[in-house]
Amino acid sequence: MSTRLRYFAWVRERIGKPEELIEMPSGVRTVGELMAWLASRGEEYAHAFENPNVIRAAIDHHHVRSDAAIKGAGEIAFFPPMTGG
Amino acid sequence: MRARYIERMKATVRLQREPFDAAAEAAELTRGRADVGAVVTFTGVCRGSEQGEPIAALTLEYYPGMAEAEIERHVAEAVARWPLLGVTVVHRHGRIVPGEDIVLVVTVSSHRDAAFAAAEFLMDYLKTRAPFWKQVETTSGKTWVDAKAADDSAAARWKAPRRGREAAE
Repeated sequence: MSTRLRYFAWVRERIGKPEELIEMPSGVRTVGELMAWLASRGEEYAHAFENPNVIRAAIDHHHVRSDAAIKGAGEIAFFPPMTGG
Repeated sequence: MRARYIERMKATVRLQREPFDAAAEAAELTRGRADVGAVVTFTGVCRGSEQGEPIAALTLEYYPGMAEAEIERHVAEAVARWPLLGVTVVHRHGRIVPGEDIVLVVTVSSHRDAAFAAAEFLMDYLKTRAPFWKQVETTSGKTWVDAKAADDSAAARWKAPRRGREAAE
């Protein structure tokens, strides 16, 4: 089963694309583990996730913490802290 | 333009590129009602400078689908916490120049305390939880706005144990 990943603001700019479909590697169980795996995929990903503590995540349109389980997720998004309003 | 209605409540959440008419949005919530005693209208406006530097424009990026859902969740929470008769939230996206409106929150209630508190609550959460990102455009290029710690602490105060009506409920 593939998972859709979406990126916003400077996370999107650093990675160079707004979204992609990935096959989740076995062993990647949490949002934090997914960030670590993504960071190992190349320079642009390493740059985007160089400071994972500042990156926010959402699973299927709900904010989650980095220890959240990704099992069953259809769409996972990564973005900087929000600056709306 | 998207409109969503929360069941059994006069609540509207809308994201749009176009400008909005704050007075018309407020009038829409009060028309034909005799139970309204208070209308609070908050409009967030694009300033002409960011941290002392003049800016040409702001560009707001957002997460379609989640932005609407997240705002609706906070509207539902506001309606659960305060005796509101109506809520409208309009948030613009795209390129916005100084002097233009960015965001609108209208809250309507029988007495002013509920409308004031709910409008402030919604704005504090819009700042920190709604998936929008501002990019500043100046003569030297484009930069992303950093999140402000003051906005996080403004939102956090609503989580503190509350006295009065909310605590009793």
